[in-house]
Amino acid sequence: MDILYLLIPLSAVLVLGIIGVFAWALHSGQFDDVEQHAAQILEPDSVAVDRNQHS
Amino acid sequence: MVANAQSAARVTYTDETVRGFALAAVLWGVVGMLVGVVIAAQLTFPDLTYGIPWLSYGRLRPLHTNAVIFAFGGCALFATSYHVVQRTCQVPLFLPWLAKFTFVGWNLVIVLAAITLPLGITQGKEYAELEWPIDLLIAVVWVSYAIVFFGTLGMRKVRHIYVANWFFGAFIIAVALLHIVNSAAMPVSLWKSYSAYAGVQDAMVQWWYGHNAVGFFLTAGFLGMMYYYIPKQAERPVYSYRLSIVHFWALIFTYMWAGPHHLHYTALPDWAQSIGMMFSLVLLAPSWGGMINGAMTLSGAWHKLRDDPILKFLIVALSFYAMSTFEGPMMSIKTVNALSHYTDWTVGHVHSGALGWVGFISMGSLYYLIPRMFGQTKMYSTKAIELHFWIATLGIVLYIAAMWIAGVMQGLMWRALNADGTLVYTFVESVKATWPFYLIRLIGGLLYLAGMLVMAWNVVQTARSGRPQASAIPQLVHA
Repeated sequence: MDILYLLIPLSAVLVLGIIGVFAWALHSGQFDDVEQHAAQILEPDSVAVDRNQHS
Repeated sequence: MVANAQSAARVTYTDETVRGFALAAVLWGVVGMLVGVVIAAQLTFPDLTYGIPWLSYGRLRPLHTNAVIFAFGGCALFATSYHVVQRTCQVPLFLPWLAKFTFVGWNLVIVLAAITLPLGITQGKEYAELEWPIDLLIAVVWVSYAIVFFGTLGMRKVRHIYVANWFFGAFIIAVALLHIVNSAAMPVSLWKSYSAYAGVQDAMVQWWYGHNAVGFFLTAGFLGMMYYYIPKQAERPVYSYRLSIVHFWALIFTYMWAGPHHLHYTALPDWAQSIGMMFSLVLLAPSWGGMINGAMTLSGAWHKLRDDPILKFLIVALSFYAMSTFEGPMMSIKTVNALSHYTDWTVGHVHSGALGWVGFISMGSLYYLIPRMFGQTKMYSTKAIELHFWIATLGIVLYIAAMWIAGVMQGLMWRALNADGTLVYTFVESVKATWPFYLIRLIGGLLYLAGMLVMAWNVVQTARSGRPQASAIPQLVHA
């Protein structure tokens, strides 16, 4: 099963990468105010071009 | 929240590519499901295509899987990810010309697949059949996709990266890695190559790829749709944003090693099979966490399900997600697998995920997306969406119930032994016993295809009654 010498290190590198991205997300404040972020996408995300709407 | 009023000029979203991919998804959906119905008919009536080689089951079956997974599902993922990333980051796409290239390139891959597979040009690796020149094109398109998607994320005006983008991002990176490792091959001519791996090594790489394709292409990407379009359509925030974050990280940490459960009782070492089984069982937890999170988004607003067929699609998709993510871990248990492996139960399991989860979540999302790409807020006919929902649901129920019964029956017949240790049934007896279930499955498939045709008609009418319209990015920018 020589292939495991490729697949296991590859998965290990991937997991380290995932941990790295998770650490970045945590420290850069991505998860600081989780309830507000859920509601944010419900605000109108686009306006028709011909209208000049300020909200 | 700070109103950012520095620029008066209206910047519009890059919706042209989104629109193209959304329409392509519907077209390829019809084609892929039609081929599926043809091969289901071939299993019921084997002489259906008069032995014409390029219409034989062995060549059309990969055409069906490629068309529904990569053409229908792929185009739906491109459309929704490009839409969601722009709306949640409040910026247009990064490098719009490269996004356009992904549209042309991906559809070229699909057309090449539709030509080469019936001609019998294949690498023979399930869900990775396409020969090396097409594989190279896929790699180029996919890297371009990653550049557009992550470039757009990089220039976002909203500091927080919405959870749907995490799922789309993980899907894009994982599929790039899986495709490149699994497709490594030595070409001997333009249309023939040999895998870089051999024997059981090849099998291990193939199912490391194959199951992660299920995990990242058919699950993570479509969960991205789920986390955006269910809240938007229900007009409620996701039930628990905290849970959605746990869902994401738990899912991507555990998926990578579930693949060996495709190789139970083979030459793969026993311990590797057991690890695959263990990871598959662990996956039940994040899967159900996410499913409950999506479904509970409707808590307190369940009445909306009554008269909104788009929500019906999205919520029933989650029910099928729940069913197939329970069934999958169960089937990965070695003793259960001893009964289910190589039977039509597997086919039923795949289709409960594919028709129920992937199909329904895509259709629901496209029903939300397509009218908005044509300057409208609703599809041409809401009744047609309702009709589509019910005939497709009936089709799935017929399909998977028939395959469950057929699969368990086959498993039991194949393992039945007489007192003297000889087999009770010959193989062909199990084939004969399966025939009625193949017929029911064909009817189920026909119903599902009929639903897709209703959708195609509705989409054409919506496109004709509206017109492509640019939409501007709101001036209000969140800090």
